[in-house]
Amino acid sequence: MNIRAQVSMVFHLDKCIGCHTCSIACKNIWTDRKGAEYMWWNNVETKPGTGYPVQWEDQAKYRGGWEKKPGSDRLSLRMNGRLGTLGNIFYNPHLPRLEDYYEPWTYQYEHLTSAPEGDDQPTARPISMITGEPIEIQRGPNWDDDLSGSAVYAANDPNLDGMSDDERQMMFEVERLVFFYLPRICNHCLNAGCVAACPTGAIYKRGEDGIVLVNQDRCRGWRMCVTGCPYKKVYYNWSTGKSEKCILCYPRLETGQAPACFHTCVGRIRYLGVLLYDADRIQQAAAAEDHDLVEAQRAIIVDPFDPAVIAAARANGVPDAMIEAAQNSPVYQFVKAWKLALPLHPEFRTVPMLFYVPPMLPIQAVANNGRVEVTRGNNSENDYFGTLDQARLPMRYMARLFSAGNEDEVAQVYRRLIAVRLYRRAQNASGELDESARQALAAAGLTAAEAQAIYEMTSMPTFEQRFVIPPLAREVNIEALQDPFTHKAEAGFGFEREAKRGE
Amino acid sequence: MIDQLIFIALPYTAAALAIVMTIVRWRTNRFTYSSLSSQLLENSILSWASVAWHYAILIILLAHLGATVFPGLWARLLGGRFQLYVLEITGLGLALLSIVGLGLFIWRRLALRRIRAVTTRGDWLLLIALLAQVILGFLVASLYRWGATWYLHTATPWLTSLVRLDPNITALVPLPWLIKLHFAGGFVILALLPFTRLIHAITLPIGYLWRPYQIVVWNRRQTRANRG
Repeated sequence: MNIRAQVSMVFHLDKCIGCHTCSIACKNIWTDRKGAEYMWWNNVETKPGTGYPVQWEDQAKYRGGWEKKPGSDRLSLRMNGRLGTLGNIFYNPHLPRLEDYYEPWTYQYEHLTSAPEGDDQPTARPISMITGEPIEIQRGPNWDDDLSGSAVYAANDPNLDGMSDDERQMMFEVERLVFFYLPRICNHCLNAGCVAACPTGAIYKRGEDGIVLVNQDRCRGWRMCVTGCPYKKVYYNWSTGKSEKCILCYPRLETGQAPACFHTCVGRIRYLGVLLYDADRIQQAAAAEDHDLVEAQRAIIVDPFDPAVIAAARANGVPDAMIEAAQNSPVYQFVKAWKLALPLHPEFRTVPMLFYVPPMLPIQAVANNGRVEVTRGNNSENDYFGTLDQARLPMRYMARLFSAGNEDEVAQVYRRLIAVRLYRRAQNASGELDESARQALAAAGLTAAEAQAIYEMTSMPTFEQRFVIPPLAREVNIEALQDPFTHKAEAGFGFEREAKRGE
Repeated sequence: MIDQLIFIALPYTAAALAIVMTIVRWRTNRFTYSSLSSQLLENSILSWASVAWHYAILIILLAHLGATVFPGLWARLLGGRFQLYVLEITGLGLALLSIVGLGLFIWRRLALRRIRAVTTRGDWLLLIALLAQVILGFLVASLYRWGATWYLHTATPWLTSLVRLDPNITALVPLPWLIKLHFAGGFVILALLPFTRLIHAITLPIGYLWRPYQIVVWNRRQTRANRG
């Protein structure tokens, strides 16, 4: 056992209201700079939809992540082998174009006050932030916000591949139209595609907390990481000639604060905590069969209360405070104990460490002679929370997103989510469990105590319960490593001078 | 006098500048070591320009280097008339390819506003120097034939003598000025190396072929190593 710690995350999609506050908090702190305007280290997508950059999930186009060749246990980068990557270094054929993101713009606001007197109202024209010239705006981030059902966006969602026409029809029929939000940041993967793709070796995972960072001094702008990351969460700064990505606000984490996108989350959908995992088995988990990927990933996340695990972690230099944080981790509860949170697109095989609780499916309604009627399941008259067989978003779609196509895995999560709701309804209505709640709990494999704990962690966790941030003690490490004065006045990026491009 | 200047003073100055300033830039401003790729901003012209230029110029450079470092091997390679023909024609073809690539680079930087927005004076200096050098090289190769062999008796002894710190330029003095310019141009570009984006040429990441895929950096482990 080679136990390491990972600062890991859970996003509870049922609670996401799609307000983009997380994106703005991140943008204001980190990417409101020249060359980074188009970067959204945190973004919120509408699903079904095409996402950002457009159709990022289509790896036939972008070639991100790993693939397992039939008959082989070893993984290879989908983009190219090592020699092929070096061969493509002068021109990366799989790099997204700026048009796949958007050309950043601002408006010529000063023209409103400085325009000479004339017959017309002065206007503020859109100006490209790259060229400074007026532009016609073609596309922006979240251009498809809330546009589920649109033929331009939702219908081009790569996850719809393999869905039958009936299923598509069902998802986009006006009366049954449904969508949910998918906030995304860097997954800080265990088997990261960006790290593996970097020819220079400039991207690395911090051993102590698992945060994946681009060393800005080592990056040479070969831009292979942009392709290597299947989530398209590494961005190339066109001004500095360096790649940048979400840093999980490590300067905030190191001072005990939650990352900005977590801290500002209005719906309180975000949880942050430590997971302990067995680093010797990363490749094994990444190379599992599609059907088993989620379970294989759960298997390498180990129990922080197990004495053998604790001993192995200590032997590996994991501090006691980190182990304690792992024991209090809400992420461990959601991912491992309750099995409610699933990784996004595990079939990319990067072993992402950001997990999602899939959104509950809304109660189904049917248009009937101009009246929209709520239909209920067949099981019980108390079935207010929809049933799996009447899911408005097909299980197949959710399985495409969260379990590499394993519908049982997703269905099991929904059985638990439904059981918790029935349990709470029974508690509220009568103070005791009725038959339907009991049945639901049994079907979900939950005890009443677990259902209560899930309810409490979902509905009313405190700030301290949502974010269990271990003391990263970075200052101790750095001081012991080198002269602390060399780090005095450093910016978050780890170097003192201004991040300005060279000649 | 002018010969001494361009064949002795210039090479040593250029080499000294290249070495010292590369180290100075590495130590003081490592952040600026980058290819400064503009592929994100424009993709399609670049695919032709960049691939043609880089592969052609790399092979041409390797041929120059090979003839300098392994003159015996090179001479044997050119043993027959047929080999010489093949090599010269290949060289001319590659030179043309590099000129086309560079021409596209220049056109792209002139014509496209987005690319002009990320173009510096250093870029222009470098592009013009490179274009002059590859055109000179092409002219030399086509006007003064069989350069693949006479290089061995002019440039090779001169460059070796420079490395030995015992400069000998007797073989160069009678050469036509076009060839002299091409020789000098090589060192002008060497001098530009640490001051322009050309610096990325020395960072070609060959180590990628054997490094492990995943990189984990431990501060604490290094700390322990420091103590013990």
